[in-house]
Amino acid sequence: MADIYLCEIIENTKIAESIYQMKVRNSPLAKLARPGQFANIKCGEERLLRRPISISSIKNDEITFIFETKGEGTKYLSERKIGETLDILAPLGNGFTLPESPFIVVGGGIGVPPLLYAAQAAKGEATAILGFRDKSRIIFSEEFSSICNNVLITTDDGSGGIKGNVLAPLEDLLMEEKYEAVLACGPLPMLKAISKLAMDRGVAVQLSLEERMACGVGACVVCACATIVNGIESMSRVCKDGPVFPAEQIRWD
Amino acid sequence: MDDKTNSVDLGIDLGIDFAGVHFKNPVVVASGTFGFGREYSEFYDLSILGGICVKGLTAAKRLGNPPPRVAETPMGMLNSVGLQNPGVDGFIENELPFLRDIDTNIIANISGNTVEEYASMAEKLSDAAVDMIEVNVSCPNVKEGGIQFGTSAAAVEEVTRAVKSKSNIPVMVKLSPNVTDIAEIALSAQNGGADAISLINTLLAMRIDIHTKRPVLYNNTGGLSGPAVFPVALRMVWQVKQAVSIPILGMGGITNGNDAVEMMLAGASLVGIGTANFSDPYASPKTIEGIKSYLSQKGIKSARDITGSVENN
Repeated sequence: MADIYLCEIIENTKIAESIYQMKVRNSPLAKLARPGQFANIKCGEERLLRRPISISSIKNDEITFIFETKGEGTKYLSERKIGETLDILAPLGNGFTLPESPFIVVGGGIGVPPLLYAAQAAKGEATAILGFRDKSRIIFSEEFSSICNNVLITTDDGSGGIKGNVLAPLEDLLMEEKYEAVLACGPLPMLKAISKLAMDRGVAVQLSLEERMACGVGACVVCACATIVNGIESMSRVCKDGPVFPAEQIRWD
Repeated sequence: MDDKTNSVDLGIDLGIDFAGVHFKNPVVVASGTFGFGREYSEFYDLSILGGICVKGLTAAKRLGNPPPRVAETPMGMLNSVGLQNPGVDGFIENELPFLRDIDTNIIANISGNTVEEYASMAEKLSDAAVDMIEVNVSCPNVKEGGIQFGTSAAAVEEVTRAVKSKSNIPVMVKLSPNVTDIAEIALSAQNGGADAISLINTLLAMRIDIHTKRPVLYNNTGGLSGPAVFPVALRMVWQVKQAVSIPILGMGGITNGNDAVEMMLAGASLVGIGTANFSDPYASPKTIEGIKSYLSQKGIKSARDITGSVENN
């Protein structure tokens, strides 16, 4: 059950340009959280709203969050020291439905981390396509290599891995073999293009979405996403109905 | 009464009689911050609350505004949800049965395009046996949100009178702070027959992203809430208390028991907890405990005794 968990910080390291890896320890929370869920983290007394951060992996009683410093809240988190305690509202959201083998995970930038836990938890053959702006922003290539059969890295400027975005390698893979599912997280235009590529070939797609949030539990309805669910146009709540949606539910207009 | 956490504890009576409805304590969760109760029922037993003001209802279902619908501000936030709701019929059919099972007062918040729409919604909700109606003449985020009524004293009186004529339950009018003279508007609600006043709704506000040069909110403007608005809300409740004889539900930036007590001293009989629920899901129960602890420390036996007891300079 989602609740407030006070968690001790055991690691907080800059792992790439503007990207931090924070590990916290909390045994009850570690047991509860599933792949694709997130935490709404209190960022000090001066900021009213918590910040939603996805859970990128869990090992024993350790929970790993990866975050990008974008504003005051994430700056606050980046400055926290080992041994300090964070007030964490979690686990929130629905999470991924673990796919059948073989499957592909596609991540863009800060969308990469939540896919790690999904790839770890799912049984079977996984391929990862991880896209970044440039070499300095590449994260998690080793972590994915240790659990996936195949890891493809792309960078927009070609400074690391394959030059270009994740779409070309994804299309190649989808043409070569029949995959059971694609799990994706990243910028909306990327997710839209991934959905079209995979769905055109009859492959089920799960998308993990991001939106500005307040409560994180579904009450305030600020994190809206236009959807069609059972034929009915809706505004779904990314925090409660998502953050993971079947791609066919998303209205891209 | 077997209710150790609320009305009777340590000899302190938290109960409030408000416009003919008994509240077990002064703490009500504010409309638009608590959905229809389901989400926070996963955190605590909602029957400890004095009441629940449900998400604002309109005659027909509304999808609301596109995102972004939220922006943080210093000790506050802007929202422009745009009255996303299942419509009054959807509420009665799908949400009210769940709420009715909770031993607390259910207050239905309504917004209309026309006076007739307000009246017909009020009639349906009266028949559906909610405990009170809160007439929203103050949503700043959609043009149908009632604000065109809420900023005119004559229109507030007209809407109030129409709703009263179709209601057999108490009617409370929720005022907008985006007016020049809040006391005048409050008086017009009272003249229209309102049984109570609630205030404040959010303050019309804006943020711009200096890098993209675009407003942060899709809707350009939104409503400011949170601790940043508390002193404004307090001042308005204090002014309204001096202008009207009907009771007041005071809200706007209340975060804890001390804020709630301050609002009650200014003139509120009940207090609304809104944005604070987002920061801390337990803000409302903590506020109940905070009020109780203040009363206990001051040796005050009844929560109702502090309403309006500020000693003005």
